[in-house]
Amino acid sequence: MPRMEPSRSRDDASRRRFLSRFFSLGAAWSAALVACRSKYRPDSDALEPRALGAPVSEYGARSTFEKAKRFVQQDRQVPLEESASQTPLHDTFGIITPSSLHFERHHSGVPQIDPARHTLTIHGLVDRPLVFTVDELKRLPSVSRIYFLECSGNSRSEWRSSGATDAQRGHGLTSCSEWTGVPLSMLLKECAVKPEGAWILAEGADPGRHDRSIPIVKAMDDVMVAYGQNGEPLRPEQGYPLRLLVPGWEGNVNVKWLRRVKVLDRPAMSREETSKYTDLMPDGTARQFTFYMEAKSLITRPSAGDRLRGAGVYELTGLAWSGRGAIARVEITIDGGQSWTAAELQTPVLPKAHTRFRWSWKWDGRDALLASRATDETGYTQPTVQRLVEIRGVNSNYHNNGIQMWKVDSNGTVTNANRT
Amino acid sequence: MQIGRSQGSPKGLRYRVGIIVGAVAVLVAILVAQAFRPAIEPAVAQSPTFGIGRAPTAEELKAIDIDVFPDGRGLPPGRGTARAGRETYTSRCVTCHGPTGTEGPQDILAGGQGSLNTSAPLKTVGSYWPFATTLWDYLRRAMPFDHPGTLTTDQVYATTAYVLFLNGIVGEDDVLDETTLPRVKMPNRDGFVGDPRPDIPVKKK
Ligand code: HEC
Repeated sequence: MPRMEPSRSRDDASRRRFLSRFFSLGAAWSAALVACRSKYRPDSDALEPRALGAPVSEYGARSTFEKAKRFVQQDRQVPLEESASQTPLHDTFGIITPSSLHFERHHSGVPQIDPARHTLTIHGLVDRPLVFTVDELKRLPSVSRIYFLECSGNSRSEWRSSGATDAQRGHGLTSCSEWTGVPLSMLLKECAVKPEGAWILAEGADPGRHDRSIPIVKAMDDVMVAYGQNGEPLRPEQGYPLRLLVPGWEGNVNVKWLRRVKVLDRPAMSREETSKYTDLMPDGTARQFTFYMEAKSLITRPSAGDRLRGAGVYELTGLAWSGRGAIARVEITIDGGQSWTAAELQTPVLPKAHTRFRWSWKWDGRDALLASRATDETGYTQPTVQRLVEIRGVNSNYHNNGIQMWKVDSNGTVTNANRT
Repeated sequence: MQIGRSQGSPKGLRYRVGIIVGAVAVLVAILVAQAFRPAIEPAVAQSPTFGIGRAPTAEELKAIDIDVFPDGRGLPPGRGTARAGRETYTSRCVTCHGPTGTEGPQDILAGGQGSLNTSAPLKTVGSYWPFATTLWDYLRRAMPFDHPGTLTTDQVYATTAYVLFLNGIVGEDDVLDETTLPRVKMPNRDGFVGDPRPDIPVKKK
């Protein structure tokens, strides 16, 4: 049976380590056997000697054989407090990203916040400004929802023909979690928003006091004040103890370490919604308040960095998502986009959540160009990068939801077809 | 409540009388205790549906209500000039942004005007930012990067003036304060449009 294995060069070292461990284990095993032979009669019908496993523990850790980790952006001169780390999409299964592998993007580092001393203040254009403690928020009727979260700078490597070396580096600024918290609308109703209230400003308690404006219509729709992620309290790097979760909208508005929501009659025009997170067009104008993360997908296995071991059957699998709702359809091409076939969607298919797709491929061993293409419930179909570039040029930086093509060489190596 | 279970037993009536007497006693005790309770908690629960939360005090709000708007709302009294800001810039900003704001290594703060529609756009305060008030807000909020929250109000006015001066937007001795700052017209004031997406045709199902 042909097998598919990740064969990145960085894995060679770990393979060597594994082999040497394997052999030393073997040596230990024969020593144990010798020892046993001396203890037990050769005609004993005992099964075999076995050492006990580890005892129970208070907080679990993954197998020491597993090495998937976030990719920390260090290639820029930027301080690590203002950097990003990316999810190893290639190494995750299903639709939930483990909290420990959820991507990060901060602007002034991860603060350590004592939940007993943290509060959320809602004020501005409301009849009744209120301060809530974290404990109080946890007493309110809660909701748990599965939503993706994607940085609008995700996939920006793919605007130009340079392209990223693999799926993690190119597209790892998206993750998906089950979030638990209270609807922001519930809190806003308690404060009674005045009729002039048209926007909110959400602000974090991080050192740089990150702040973004969000239309009140969205705030009253499905925005959550979340304190839980995947069954646990939020991770510090995800906003512990409180964050805003703005389903389907660019990561930057999902304000972490949330300390304040102010109801406004207009947007605040903060630095993060003027200088940054605006999309520069070829004519020199810039699109502002580009909140939606539009329908997107990519094949995560096989993807650049993998090596196929000879012709035969392979599962093509990946993730699709849309900030405008549920994924309706994912199609696969193996011939660079000349023909497309429907992939199978893993249920449940949830709105504004990662959706897992798969398709069984019989590789004939010749060069192939693999890609996926998502269509969401609004009828919007993920475009090619080329199509986006025709409209937006190459300097808009954010919101690249173009199709990702992987090239499979006849020798089995998989590379980014955008990379020329 | 499980009390009703005793009803069928011969002792039912005595139980019920006992419960009523007990309940009345508890009620009286609560009322008395309420009447003599000292008013120690001025911040009472305020949220109408759930009875949680409390009103923030004026001081609490003042400490966190830091956003500044293009029309000047939120700007505290204070003043500064680029000449005064040079010193703060040299001691607090120059290592990351360079002597003229163009050298880096961190974000380029000056230059780039006229470059936005070229193949090598340079987005800076001078070429890209639509409002001078945003610069004031951001410097007080987040800069210097390694020690945010340490600039005085006058230092924020002065370094704002200095960064604008580096961009040729204000003169070295122009005074920026809560009335003049909102009047500074930024070169790219009208450079922003709304979100037209989806910008590719959508096939209705
Ligand atoms: C230790 C390095 C450092 C120091 C010192 C520093 N900055 Fe910054 N500055 C940064 C970094 C990093 C960013 C980008 C932050 C981000 O994107 O979240 C930045 C961003 C900025 C920006 C926004 C640029 C843009 O186009 O969006 C301005 C304006 C700025 N700094 C001004 C200043 C001023 C004025 C000072 C001195 C009071 C200062 N900085 C001190 C590192 C520094």
